[in-house]
Amino acid sequence: MSTAAVPVGRARLPLTELFGTALQGLRSRRLRAALSALGIAIGIGAMVAVVGVSASAQANLLAEIDALGTNLLTVTPGQNFLGNNEVLPDTSVPSVDHMQDVHSAVAVYQVNTANVYRTPAVPSAQTGGIGVDAAGDNLPQVLGSSMASGHFLDAVSDRFPEVVLGAEAANVLQIEHAHGDLLVFLGNSWFTVIGILKPAVLDSTLDSTVFISLRVAERDFQVQPNPSEIYVRADLSAVNRVANLLPATADPQNSGGVDVSRPSDALEARAAAKGQFTTLLLGLGAVALLVGTIGIANIMVIGVLERRGEIGLRRALGATRRHIASQFLTESALLAAIGGIAGLALGAGATEVYAATRSQPFVVPLYALVAAPAAGFVIGALAGLYPAAKAARLSPTEALRV
Amino acid sequence: MTALRLGQVVKEFRGGVFALRGVDVAVEQGEQVAVVGPSGSGKTTMLTIMGTLERPSQGEVEVAGCSVNQASDRELAGLRAHQVGFVFQTFHLQESISALDNVANGMLYTGAPARERRRLAQAALERVGLAHRTTHRPSQLSGGERQRVAIARAIAKRPLIVLADEPTGNLDSTSGREIVDLLHGLAQDGATLVLITHEQEIADSFPRRITMRDGEVMSDERT
Repeated sequence: MSTAAVPVGRARLPLTELFGTALQGLRSRRLRAALSALGIAIGIGAMVAVVGVSASAQANLLAEIDALGTNLLTVTPGQNFLGNNEVLPDTSVPSVDHMQDVHSAVAVYQVNTANVYRTPAVPSAQTGGIGVDAAGDNLPQVLGSSMASGHFLDAVSDRFPEVVLGAEAANVLQIEHAHGDLLVFLGNSWFTVIGILKPAVLDSTLDSTVFISLRVAERDFQVQPNPSEIYVRADLSAVNRVANLLPATADPQNSGGVDVSRPSDALEARAAAKGQFTTLLLGLGAVALLVGTIGIANIMVIGVLERRGEIGLRRALGATRRHIASQFLTESALLAAIGGIAGLALGAGATEVYAATRSQPFVVPLYALVAAPAAGFVIGALAGLYPAAKAARLSPTEALRV
Repeated sequence: MTALRLGQVVKEFRGGVFALRGVDVAVEQGEQVAVVGPSGSGKTTMLTIMGTLERPSQGEVEVAGCSVNQASDRELAGLRAHQVGFVFQTFHLQESISALDNVANGMLYTGAPARERRRLAQAALERVGLAHRTTHRPSQLSGGERQRVAIARAIAKRPLIVLADEPTGNLDSTSGREIVDLLHGLAQDGATLVLITHEQEIADSFPRRITMRDGEVMSDERT
């Protein structure tokens, strides 16, 4: 017989009622619901934390790069085909400085013949890995770094033995503050420490270096005015063009012996690498999630067995098999979605703690706000498939016999 | 009009157990019928077939003018939602919600809006004399009161047919008497009532009594 055989109206359950019924089902078994949602919360929390910590570290690095600028280029002598080091001509610095779109340029010159010690009593082999460079007095400006203490080389430094320490060099020499009467033993004489640099993010080799003026280096250590490295600030819109022209400008007779690089590229690559989630941790989160899913499925199966009376009653009240299945499916999905939201809070909290302890910006990717509850919902629906089917298959009379 | 018609209904369970062996029963609209018989005589099976919770193995079943044999699960659910009210021996009330919500939830699958369901539930609770107990949880009610909530749930949607399976089985005789009186009173509302009982005294209060044994109707008396 067709539907017309039943003139009395259909069995209906609007979506809002479905959610209300499912919520009521969860509310009547709070503790159990909370415990089974916890499994999902831990799994999703672990994943959100992994994503959030990576994103925070990445945001931190990108912020540093932004602060330092991406328009810094470095020029270094390359190697010839025999593997010997090339030499940049002494004219390279003014040539580069006069290029179009170049804001500023500064060179450092390696001082191979001298080492720096706290006192002459320190054995000469204990250099602490500290290099000595001669540098132009605008080095901090070009690098975008600042002084932790004191000031950088100036006109006075051309005539008197004065030295500025890189951050790591100061650390090795155990000098925290630069003041007028603090001396270090450099080469064969005492130099006054007039300043300490903050860490140079774009080129960390400068941190374990001390700087003296080129004039003093030429006079005391017979340094040739051939730059070991030139730092160039170019116009942001012309960085690539300047980079292409730099070799020929720095050494017109041997442009092949000049290497040009952009330090921010390396940092951006590092930032991108930090953005990649740690696969192992994500895997652990996935395992926790799987265990949570099985836990929910398990609890739902037990729930179906315990609630046979309720299922039978609902069938008697006019619920179709589909109504019963969707009720259990919705309960399971809601349970896991709540777990997902709790997991989001857990993961965000973990990220916040991590970011706060390392003074990094707190970042949880926006997609996680949607993905965490949605993932929970989908996982719950999957976990609920079997219990829901089981509940729907239950014979109503058998269920009422409980 | 015939509310229920069973024609040569046979119900065989797995393992070759016959619960019903060819039952012919017709119940008119507004009739009040008591079904008596020993355990295992097929009373409950007949009631669940009348309530479309189960289909017969053989024979014709017609409920509220609809043929059950060819109807789909959805159609039968619709029939139960609108036209059949059940009352069980063990009440089957939900413990976590109030009496009013229990009754209102009884109309969940009719598609009536929540406000309407609560209004009808309130009226039904008043009808069974529990207007002062609407906010109580089932555990806060006596056995007789719980069964009255269950009756309110069965009648709130004004079904054509009310089916009661030993509604007094879990009650003392005084409460049981009250419940039976209440169910008799429903006749004034025009509902058809089929009630299973094993107490002869209760059966005698019904105008029509069907006695069953071994899955067959032994006697069908009217007074």
